[in-house]
Amino acid sequence: MTLLNAAPRVITVGTGLLDEALRAQAVATVPVEWRPPLPGTARALERVLSDPRREAANELAVGRLVSARPHLVGVRRASEVLDAGTFLHAGPPITWERASGPMRGALIGAMVLEGLAADEHEAGEALAAGAVTLSPCHEHAAVGPMAGVVSPSMWLFEVRDDEHGGTAYCSLNEGLGKVLRYGAYGPEVLDRLRWMDRVLGPALAAALERTGPIDLRSLIAQALQMGDELHNRNRAATSLLLRELAPAVVAAAPAEAADVLRFIGGNDHFFLNAGMAAAKVSTDAARDVPGSSLVVAMARNGTDFGVQVSGLGGRWFTGPAGVPDGLYLGSYGPADANPDIGDSTITETSGLGGFAMAASPAIVRFVGGEVEDAVRATRSMYEITLTEHPAYQIPGLGFRGTPVGIDLTLVARTGLLPVVNTGIAGRVAGTGQVGAGLVEPPVEAFTDALRALADLSK
Amino acid sequence: MNGLPQAVLVRRGAYHDSVALMRVSRALSELPGVQAAMVAMATDLNVSILRELGFGVQEAGPGDLVIAVRARDTDAAVREADRRLAASSSRAHGAAGDQPPLTTRSAAARGPADLVLISTPGEYAFFEALDAVEAGLPVMIFSDGVPVESERLLKELAEARDVLVMGPDCGTAVIAGAGLGFANVLSPGPVGVVAASGTGAQQVTCLLDWAGTGVSHVLGVGGRDLSAEVGGLSTRRALRMLDDDPATELIVLVSKPPDPEVARALEAEPPRTPVVRALLGEGAPDLTQATEQALRALGRPVPEWPSWPAWRGTRPAPERIRGLYAGGTLSAEAALLAGGGDFVDFGDDAYTRGRAHPMIDPALRVEALGRAGETDVVLMDVVLGHGADPDPAASLAHAVARTPATVVIALIGTEGDPQDLHRQAAAFREAGAAVFTSNAQAARHARSLL
Repeated sequence: MTLLNAAPRVITVGTGLLDEALRAQAVATVPVEWRPPLPGTARALERVLSDPRREAANELAVGRLVSARPHLVGVRRASEVLDAGTFLHAGPPITWERASGPMRGALIGAMVLEGLAADEHEAGEALAAGAVTLSPCHEHAAVGPMAGVVSPSMWLFEVRDDEHGGTAYCSLNEGLGKVLRYGAYGPEVLDRLRWMDRVLGPALAAALERTGPIDLRSLIAQALQMGDELHNRNRAATSLLLRELAPAVVAAAPAEAADVLRFIGGNDHFFLNAGMAAAKVSTDAARDVPGSSLVVAMARNGTDFGVQVSGLGGRWFTGPAGVPDGLYLGSYGPADANPDIGDSTITETSGLGGFAMAASPAIVRFVGGEVEDAVRATRSMYEITLTEHPAYQIPGLGFRGTPVGIDLTLVARTGLLPVVNTGIAGRVAGTGQVGAGLVEPPVEAFTDALRALADLSK
Repeated sequence: MNGLPQAVLVRRGAYHDSVALMRVSRALSELPGVQAAMVAMATDLNVSILRELGFGVQEAGPGDLVIAVRARDTDAAVREADRRLAASSSRAHGAAGDQPPLTTRSAAARGPADLVLISTPGEYAFFEALDAVEAGLPVMIFSDGVPVESERLLKELAEARDVLVMGPDCGTAVIAGAGLGFANVLSPGPVGVVAASGTGAQQVTCLLDWAGTGVSHVLGVGGRDLSAEVGGLSTRRALRMLDDDPATELIVLVSKPPDPEVARALEAEPPRTPVVRALLGEGAPDLTQATEQALRALGRPVPEWPSWPAWRGTRPAPERIRGLYAGGTLSAEAALLAGGGDFVDFGDDAYTRGRAHPMIDPALRVEALGRAGETDVVLMDVVLGHGADPDPAASLAHAVARTPATVVIALIGTEGDPQDLHRQAAAFREAGAAVFTSNAQAARHARSLL
């Protein structure tokens, strides 16, 4: 016991007076900037924190999250993974009736693409009549950006976790502007999807057979050091992936290679979907640890923002999706914005995106703000996360690992909500992307989950 | 009320600690043109005080901040309140990108620390204390109002992690010369103290200091530690620590009589170091006598305990004793020795919800003094040291001088304390009080006046 050997260095929490009294005696202190927890959470916090399983459960869960080794192993048609008659979508469960404009637009586009409807009216009627089953991507080991609609003919990235053996899927990225995931379904959108179906998918499948598994953990780590935060900026990661794929694409599909490489190279977000599958397979490794307060999914369907928690199985906890605050394209403005949508918050859940903003000074121009804001955002997220990522590091913070592993109890205690970077979809079906920015998750999704965890506490 | 305009604003969910709010209230009240001002969290206690001051507060809860002013220019007073509140909460905002720690967990992860001192409102202290124990850090919980189940859980975890939990409701500690919480300036010496009572430990160590005997360490354990529910886990650990400490030649254990089972557990592992017990309660030696025992055990002389008699004579026929105490143990000791009277412990949970401790905030005792009548003997403690009111005479002596009651004060402090023991004694004596450094002597004196 060394406490009595020398004057202590003291962490002070609470009234500043007692900190001042120590300083007056030349005792070194570290004051905590303490605030009361979120209203109505004190009892739930007491129960969850008192659960004897919590500390070890969180250590296990976040340990699995950060030790995952995601590899891109191939591309597959969704029909190999999906039940017939099912369309996947982003976020927590949603019905056609409650679906927002971009979600409806994407579903309509998928109906037409699959030949299940001749036009948007027929598609809308069929969807309203329940012609297809709607199910969250997250419940099928998958994620999808923005509307996240996956229909059987679409190609999916297949990512495997070499550490824990899990597999996760994500659609292929179509590019920016008028695209299905932002709710657009015009002829140029469907033409592009058909080209992806016919040309891109098979070429990637053949190329990945030649390259063998591509180490996404290593690729993401490099991209962070090249200025990506892997949610709204994927330029470096896309370039790195292209470098891996290019020779194999040329060898595997010489006739299509120029088109395929031009398509990938021309889309700064091509990597996003592979990165999301990597994040999904990592967070899935952390699921279902009894007593753990670790958040394993944050996802939005354009109407609700939902979270899932390791110790709470597959239950969703939701609140209304907020409207992002950011910069708009062209003449679009806040009135054109749909509430927050997409599974891409899986990047934040795994310690990337908004949590890694300090790695990406370039992003602040895109979402509005100053470089200091990016650094501040990342630093604040260490206050609500369980650990620092051992491989994903931020050069500007002295190669500190990104904050990773959102802990419900820390969210409730600090009142800090996860920082989320996002694209902004137009609210009217068929519009496409109107901007990009930051969005605040609804607090009740986290406090409701905390109370549910308290009900299960020992 | 008089004709000055008043303003009452409720800021939902705005939080400031009670000491910061007391300082803002005091600064506002002293501004020219301000007749009354109170800035406080809207706890039941504070709302009732606001009502007595003539301020009606509508629909506000303990999580809301109230700014109430009566002044010639209420807008200016509210602006000044906001300016001071902003200044008091911005201390940690440094360079761009700096993030102050928001939890003990975060602070503990940042670098070397040896101890965590917690003084949040009691219902939240457990969260921070758990962080400390999980990080393997000893913790002092100054906060009161922590549920006993949480205390038990913390202390069990601390056993597994081999760390000391001092408190909850641990008002004082001294570790290797550093005074934590309410802490008198004590010289280093051979006596180690383990205390389930903060003010009890302060009384003992201040008297020892007067006798020229210093302390090695003062380890608080919290008032419930020796109860059956908690099982004396911290007391046993603190005794072991002092037993292993080469600087400690004698241990003084200050506590209420322990639960019999806990007492047996204590006796099963007797320290090698001699122990003097200051057990509070009927038939036991009082704190002053226990201190004298300790001095004799060390072979040191017992001095006269200083006192300053009242210069003004006793008022006509005092009839009863009113104890207005800041220290719970001192209050209990005095009540026992005075043999009757009305004793109020203003340091109790009921008076500290959303308010600073009476050793810091004199308002409630000033008000109680104002209600004392000429047949009362007011018996009260004034506790000096780090953390306490920087000049208690400045806040209390005026009320002492004004009361028609006879006033007897137990002045708990050392000559090294920042408030200046002799200056404080002189000021209270000047105001008409009799002043004693021994609480037991003060209580006996009060009794002798009846």
